[in-house]
Amino acid sequence: MKRRWFELGLIAAAALVVAVMPFLLSNYNRSQGATVAVYLIAILGLNIVTGYTGQISIGHGAFMAIGGYTTAILTHNHGWNDVATLPIALAIGFGAGVIVGLPALRFHGAYLALLTFALALAVPQLAKNYSHFTGGTEGLALPTHTGLWLYGLAWATATVVFVLTWVLLRGRTGRAFRAVRDSEIAAASSGIGLALHKTLAFGVSAAFASVAGSIYVLINNFVNPDVFGLTLSLYILIGAVVGGLGSLWGVVVGAAFVQLLPIGLTSSNAVSSEAVPVVFGAIVIVVMALLPQGSAVILGGIAGLPNRFRRSHSSYPPPRMEAR
Amino acid sequence: MPANLRPWIVPALLAGLVIFLLVGSLRSALFAQQTVSGLANGGIYASLGVALVLIYRATQVINFAQGAIATFTTYVAWQFMQWGLGYWGAFVITLCVAFAGGIAIQLVAIRPVERRGNVLTVVIASIGVLIAVEGAVGWIWGPEIRFMPSAFPVRTYHVGGVAFSLQDLGTIGVSIASVVVLWALFQFTKLGLAMRAAALRPNAARLVGVRVSWMLSFGWGLAAVLGAIAGMMAAASPSVLLQPNMMDGVLIYAFAAAVLGGLESPLGAVIGGLAIGAMLNLLSSYVSWVTPQLLLPAAFVVMLTVLLVKPSGLFGRTRVHRV
Amino acid sequence: MRALHGVTLEVDEGQIVALLGANGAGKTTTLRAVSGTVRREGEVTYDGKSLTHQGPETVARLGIAHVPEGRGTFSELTVWENLRLGAITRRGSIDEDLKRVLTFFPWLEKRKSQQAGTLSGGEQQMLAIARAMMQRPRMLLIDEPSLGLAPLVVTEIFRILRDLNEREGTTVLLVEQNARNSLAVSNHAYVLETGRVAYSGTSDELAQHEAIRRSYLGY
Repeated sequence: MKRRWFELGLIAAAALVVAVMPFLLSNYNRSQGATVAVYLIAILGLNIVTGYTGQISIGHGAFMAIGGYTTAILTHNHGWNDVATLPIALAIGFGAGVIVGLPALRFHGAYLALLTFALALAVPQLAKNYSHFTGGTEGLALPTHTGLWLYGLAWATATVVFVLTWVLLRGRTGRAFRAVRDSEIAAASSGIGLALHKTLAFGVSAAFASVAGSIYVLINNFVNPDVFGLTLSLYILIGAVVGGLGSLWGVVVGAAFVQLLPIGLTSSNAVSSEAVPVVFGAIVIVVMALLPQGSAVILGGIAGLPNRFRRSHSSYPPPRMEAR
Repeated sequence: MPANLRPWIVPALLAGLVIFLLVGSLRSALFAQQTVSGLANGGIYASLGVALVLIYRATQVINFAQGAIATFTTYVAWQFMQWGLGYWGAFVITLCVAFAGGIAIQLVAIRPVERRGNVLTVVIASIGVLIAVEGAVGWIWGPEIRFMPSAFPVRTYHVGGVAFSLQDLGTIGVSIASVVVLWALFQFTKLGLAMRAAALRPNAARLVGVRVSWMLSFGWGLAAVLGAIAGMMAAASPSVLLQPNMMDGVLIYAFAAAVLGGLESPLGAVIGGLAIGAMLNLLSSYVSWVTPQLLLPAAFVVMLTVLLVKPSGLFGRTRVHRV
Repeated sequence: MRALHGVTLEVDEGQIVALLGANGAGKTTTLRAVSGTVRREGEVTYDGKSLTHQGPETVARLGIAHVPEGRGTFSELTVWENLRLGAITRRGSIDEDLKRVLTFFPWLEKRKSQQAGTLSGGEQQMLAIARAMMQRPRMLLIDEPSLGLAPLVVTEIFRILRDLNEREGTTVLLVEQNARNSLAVSNHAYVLETGRVAYSGTSDELAQHEAIRRSYLGY
């Protein structure tokens, strides 16, 4: 009971900080803060599909691209109101997720990682190619908004998504997801509708990433294929992993890590901006070596750690990536 | 399809492809030229693909950093040439650097993770290596595009009215030679036998005294060497420029090649790479709506199709997965 | 998961020692403890040297050959490659060793390019022993060689083990469920029960002492 109040208190304090922040920050920093929210939404999405149903995706940047370009095309080419495009991006993202999730049912971990990696690189190429819609390599420009407005939109959406995810994962669907991740065989035999849940997870995950992409594009007020390149997909994955797969609060840590660490490093002049990726990569390796469950372990292991990602006790070579 | 015909499907398809390429080349000079330059690209994909297969066979890990490591070693070669070394001198030194570098990366970034994590964490660690190594290239040499000299003088050979560039022929030759040398290493040397044993049955290999963890490190070293060769060939080719992210796309084609071969068959990766290289080049020459930007998505489609239809690839044995 | 709860064994050089007991008694784990395939507490001493912290690669290089449960043959490799692997850690020519192995298993010569996985069960077991011999072991650990094999083949294998011991002086630690054959060929026997040594004595004693035999071995 005490723990409950403590947690609620923490949440309230965090919410207060987030709400007050933009008034203390410069406009530039406000958009940085808004970008943290964008990562939060995307990583929440990734967490659902990788952390909870155990399907690896290194291609969430592609789903962000879908949402981003949807918003851009609707606003730029067809004059839509930008916030109105968000639900559309959500729906299209969901559809894309289902389309990807269906064949993904047949692939086990290694192959799914491969395919989503390829997807992350292939989608920007499509954007470059169909330049008639997408503005090609030059991209499209979007109307600007104040940093405050963007910050508000981003964090409002992030809060909604976070709460939605929390509710989803606590209920029957969440239990079903966890069952899928921990033992596919058991889940299948208990009639959970494996295919349905895995595809659903992909759809929801992609929908979130899509909305994140829309907001991202609004923050930057332009879009071009390079915005959604491989790096973005990788950073989303890193955020999810450093934060801790299967942990909701870990996602917050992960999002902050991915967006703020590079900035912190360069602005404190500890590291030149070209060296940031090197530091980043090194940190990922160190985290994987020392703390494979991510910061969730430090946060107190909230959502319970997935069996698949727990080390089995053998001092010899890693187990084969299990067939899925 | 009757069961006794099934094992003939793949050889038949391959024979069909070879016949298609031969007949087309004989009938059209353009076709022949595009086939050869496609095969040259394919040689690069094949080399990198074999590197991926090497590591996957031994450790079930997909090394997402393979392309980045190749890029780094290519820049090293470029640097040696800037310092005045001749091409082949730089080539040889780079191979040594690549071997050492591959081993170093395995020791520093992969082994500590393998110890505590499972395959997913190792894959993520390889992504960390990808980010770090590509970042290192940008940090050390900057993001500008550089010019990589070619191993082969700019010369064309005319055979029956068709012009073949020495560059293309040389690339095909070097790629095939490197894979053959590797194969010979595995088949005929003690070290090769030990490495094969370590990859097949690590526990049984330990019981005969093979130091399996060293074999794994050597595997990474050899994979890096293959990657260096692929990178140097790629940078010299007209379609790839020497820049930090130069092998990102090539990595996808290499994945496709490896997948065609079933991820566990080096021969499959070679054939897959050559086939993909040739077919993609022909596609973009002859089909008007296939632009260079569509080639990556095309490779994605190829991978997806193979994995849906025959996940064990053209050369793999089908593993049964029951749920 | 702990399988053994204080097992003390002594194996003298040149002896054949049988390790008997029911399924799950811990016999295989004991062998694995010696060869270093599992983690162990306590001490493993070999020829005065401590093996407690050595892994299987080092133990193999010190002259202990382990033929595990399931034989440990490389099914994907040829018969010849399997044999070569036995001597992989040594320099120089292996022709002498091959000749010696062929005196025990002359039929291997004809099958040398055959994939090991296509051999019959008995042949694979003999290949495994041949591979172990290529290691020039001073001690052979062998786990359930008779498993799944026809009686005639089993007799042949035990004959080879005794031959190996007599001709080459190889010490043998034999894990078996087939107690009768094991007692016939060994000098000393231990019976394990749920991870502990329940009985230790000479094989003759155990074979002839009906009461002990019946209570520990069931016949």
